[in-house]
Amino acid sequence: MRVMVLVKATEDSEKGEYAGHEEEFAAMGRYNEELLKAGIMLAGEGLTPSSQGRRLEFGDDGGSRVIDGPFAETKELVGGFWIWQVSSMDEAVEWLKRAPFKGTTVELRRIQEAADFEGQIPQEIIDAESRLREQSAQQRTQ
Amino acid sequence: MGGEAAQRTVEAVWRIESARLIAGLARTVRDVGLAEDLAQDALVAALVQWPSTGVPDNPGAWLTAVARRRYIDGVRRQASFERKVAEMSRELAEAENPMDEIEFDDHVEDDVLRLIFTACHPSLSRDARVALTLKLVGGLSTEQIARAFLVPAPTMAARITRAKKALADAKVPFEVPVGTELAARLASVLEVVYLIFNEGYAATSGDSWTRAELCEEAMRLGRMLAALAPDEPEVHGLIALMEIQASRIPARTGRDGELITLLDQDRSRWNRLLITHGLAALATAESLSGSEFSGPYVIQAALAACHARALVAADTDWIRIATLYSVLASLAPSPVIELNRAVAVSMADGPAAGLAIVDTLAGEPALRGYHLLPSVRGDLLERLGRRDEARAEFQRAAAMTANTSERAHLLARAAACG
Repeated sequence: MRVMVLVKATEDSEKGEYAGHEEEFAAMGRYNEELLKAGIMLAGEGLTPSSQGRRLEFGDDGGSRVIDGPFAETKELVGGFWIWQVSSMDEAVEWLKRAPFKGTTVELRRIQEAADFEGQIPQEIIDAESRLREQSAQQRTQ
Repeated sequence: MGGEAAQRTVEAVWRIESARLIAGLARTVRDVGLAEDLAQDALVAALVQWPSTGVPDNPGAWLTAVARRRYIDGVRRQASFERKVAEMSRELAEAENPMDEIEFDDHVEDDVLRLIFTACHPSLSRDARVALTLKLVGGLSTEQIARAFLVPAPTMAARITRAKKALADAKVPFEVPVGTELAARLASVLEVVYLIFNEGYAATSGDSWTRAELCEEAMRLGRMLAALAPDEPEVHGLIALMEIQASRIPARTGRDGELITLLDQDRSRWNRLLITHGLAALATAESLSGSEFSGPYVIQAALAACHARALVAADTDWIRIATLYSVLASLAPSPVIELNRAVAVSMADGPAAGLAIVDTLAGEPALRGYHLLPSVRGDLLERLGRRDEARAEFQRAAAMTANTSERAHLLARAAACG
């Protein structure tokens, strides 16, 4: 199974200030190396401050409005993430315990697999989508 | 912490720590079987103690300390080993903070690599190597391995015990081979990892959840190996091959569990993250070897990549695929590879060109009873409009396969020939 690890932004990460955090970076580097050596890391990235981000707000009619960052609620913002391949949520918890974090909350979420949708999304929708793709494929080869 | 929660935690810690724990102990005791027994004793101690004391801050160090104490206790009972006791006690005293010893310790990483090479020693049978690797390196329980390989747990336990004894009897040294031996020994390791993957991927029977776990475990072992031996192109090639193949798992079966062949799969269901990962591993392999044709796994990964890169089946670069099969056949001549090349040629140059190659394989003893030969031949005949001959080939193929969904697929194709 795969899990996503959601790490919150901090005031400093929102300012893009990395000076003074050298030790944390080094510790995180060592931790990432451990994840790699264990073969569980599928992806892991840090995010730039929300001032460089955008939001799209979708109205009930499906129309959208673009909002430029930064976004105020620092504590709710995501500052980085990992995707891990683990055998259980317990294993993910044990791995996360070893991470060099202080004074923050980090969230673990299981990533959906095809089996999670079984019987929930009508197969007709999936089939219709496949047909569309086939048509476009034929058009390309003609 | 409740008893059940504590047990799950112990299992999770075991999964994370067991390879390093066993590897570190094996360096001291020079016997992977004994090392595993000591590690298991520590695991049992954890199962007894942690529910009441809570999980220690550094569970790996705790397990190591307990296992080492067991070892010393055992040795102490044998007076002739007094010298060793002194040695071990000194070692323990020096390592005042056990955390320094375990966390981020280069020795331990080397030990894990030694453990992998030992578990995959060519003196063991394939089955024994696979079982031992999953047990010692993967941290799986005997029951889990037995379930995955569809054998009773006592049978698997006996297999693992025999393998450990065989290693001890043969006095297999706990080391990473060097020089000319390395290539052959590495091939044995890669074979084991790929066997584990294929056991999960082929999924001829058994509970699909367990099978998916095997694929994931094989990919994890491959990535571990790449981190420990980063300069070996074939290691990266194998990872690329497994990840690109695994990316198709969500698209391989239809609504009723029927098999969907590569060209008919809904490619939007392929796992993009695994494809990206696999293609990156392939690029690493190719840059390390300075060639795209360095070894069988790299070439097979390059083949898988041809499909991964085509967003729709019609975009597949069949000419490149046919070339890659030729290169692969030149490294390891095999009628199976030749059969695959025939398919690629038929896609690039038409069914008649493919059929010409397939017909040269008709008398191959190695392909006798191999259902894909009549299956491919049937496909080519059908495309040539020779439907009666095609139907007969599909029926022949259906009679040869043990896989029910594959048989259903072949019979459906026979019926479609009218």
